[in-house]
Amino acid sequence: MDNKVLTVSGLNSYYNVKTDKWGIGTARRQVLKDVSFEIGRGEIVGLVGESGCGKSTLAKCILGMVKDHDGRIEHGSTKMIFQDPYGSLNPAKTVGWILEEPLRIKKELKDPERNKKVSEMIHLVGLDDGFLVRKPGELSGGQRQRICIALALMMEPDLIIADEPVSALDVTVQDQILKLLLKLNRELNIAFLFISHDLKVVYSVCERVMVMKDGMIVEQGSDEQIYRAPEHPYTRQLLAAVIDDPVRDGS
Amino acid sequence: MNIKSFILKNKRLAIGGSITAIMVILAVTGLFFTPYDPNAMDISAKLSGISPRHIMGCDNFGRDIFSRVLAGLSTTMVVAVGTVFIGIVFGTLIGAFTGYYGGYLDEIMMRFNDAVLAFPSLLLALVFISVMGSGKLNVTIALGILFIPSYARIMRGEFLKCRNLDYVMSARLMGASDMRIMFVHILPNTVRVMLSTIAIGFNNAVLAEAGMSYLGIGVQPPDASLGRMLSEAQSYLFVRPGYAVCTGMAIVLLILGFSMLSEGLEKNA
Repeated sequence: MDNKVLTVSGLNSYYNVKTDKWGIGTARRQVLKDVSFEIGRGEIVGLVGESGCGKSTLAKCILGMVKDHDGRIEHGSTKMIFQDPYGSLNPAKTVGWILEEPLRIKKELKDPERNKKVSEMIHLVGLDDGFLVRKPGELSGGQRQRICIALALMMEPDLIIADEPVSALDVTVQDQILKLLLKLNRELNIAFLFISHDLKVVYSVCERVMVMKDGMIVEQGSDEQIYRAPEHPYTRQLLAAVIDDPVRDGS
Repeated sequence: MNIKSFILKNKRLAIGGSITAIMVILAVTGLFFTPYDPNAMDISAKLSGISPRHIMGCDNFGRDIFSRVLAGLSTTMVVAVGTVFIGIVFGTLIGAFTGYYGGYLDEIMMRFNDAVLAFPSLLLALVFISVMGSGKLNVTIALGILFIPSYARIMRGEFLKCRNLDYVMSARLMGASDMRIMFVHILPNTVRVMLSTIAIGFNNAVLAEAGMSYLGIGVQPPDASLGRMLSEAQSYLFVRPGYAVCTGMAIVLLILGFSMLSEGLEKNA
């Protein structure tokens, strides 16, 4: 894995559905069908597709949260940012405690070093030490998402999977968070797998886009390629569904 | 908002808190000091009324009622605290494991729970007592065991609610152990529910202890107990109503104070 932070090849994933209320009869449904792709170091890749097409399942497979799959997944250290910044921070703990937790679990650093690292990370995402003693309930959605990003950065990952990171935020805050992600990408050379249903957002940050439908990647290529000359009918359909299409606006 | 204005604004909290504080002080005093030995009989003072020497009068054996109320209060409180403690510790453990892991363990434990809950609790307490024998410690254990299922059910619900939240998922991704997730990450989020169940449980425990002692299956002589004093006072209700009133008031104030306190806390928590 020289220059790749993620290699997925021939990935199939399944889940079991109950076919009666006793949970005895189950059927195995396939969610992902023969998914293969790679992400290079420092690359930002978008993954678009409608709800239920398997985007989040793919993320969970990569992180090892879905056990029932076959195919090959190789990845470096990977972290995830969740969609809902309200549910992804423990409401009973302070921000400082939450950020310190991954370091405590790893047991590598001593106390003062951990505090230093926490403070370093919180400045990196544009907040200050004053936030460390506050609880998530006292923060706005944008601030929470910044904390989530800092949390993901704590273990110095090569790849961050961002599952709809800005969908729950309002437009101006969305813009700030996207700028922050781009800054981190430039400064720390972290690769992003950016999952979204919002084509505009994907277009504004991603270098390469993959389009997913019914558990298959139907098209992938550079964002210019996908937006200007979509090949697959589904991609065309998706683009047509965006009311103020960035391509039409731009040209 | 500082604590002073918080308490002043919240009347329930202020009144409930003061009543509870007084009762706790009385109970703690009763553990170490009573004006008279609660079991010392003075036949010459038998059923005497309120007087400077005996501020609540004396019972049918000439024992000082005030001293016995103090001692009974501390007995009741120790039993109630012990009961709630046993219930909440084991209830939380069972609830944590069944709620967090789910599956067959959950199904089996919860059906067992339903079975225990289906019995009238006093009847089950009777069974426990007849097996283990009566006395302060056994009453506490019996009531504690009876309280476990309802606590387990409530705590299970809390853990079930939390186990699929994103922050638990993210802790799992960090590599936190299940134990750490259950007791470090999820448990602090259940404190609010836990506090209100403790408050309700404490009142139920006071009533259960008093009820059992009233029926003669709880705390045994010579230990003073509010419930047993009440059953004795019953025979002298018309001769010396002060006996029953003083004893009854102690129970009423204890429960009233504590429920007002917990309601006040819940409102502003």
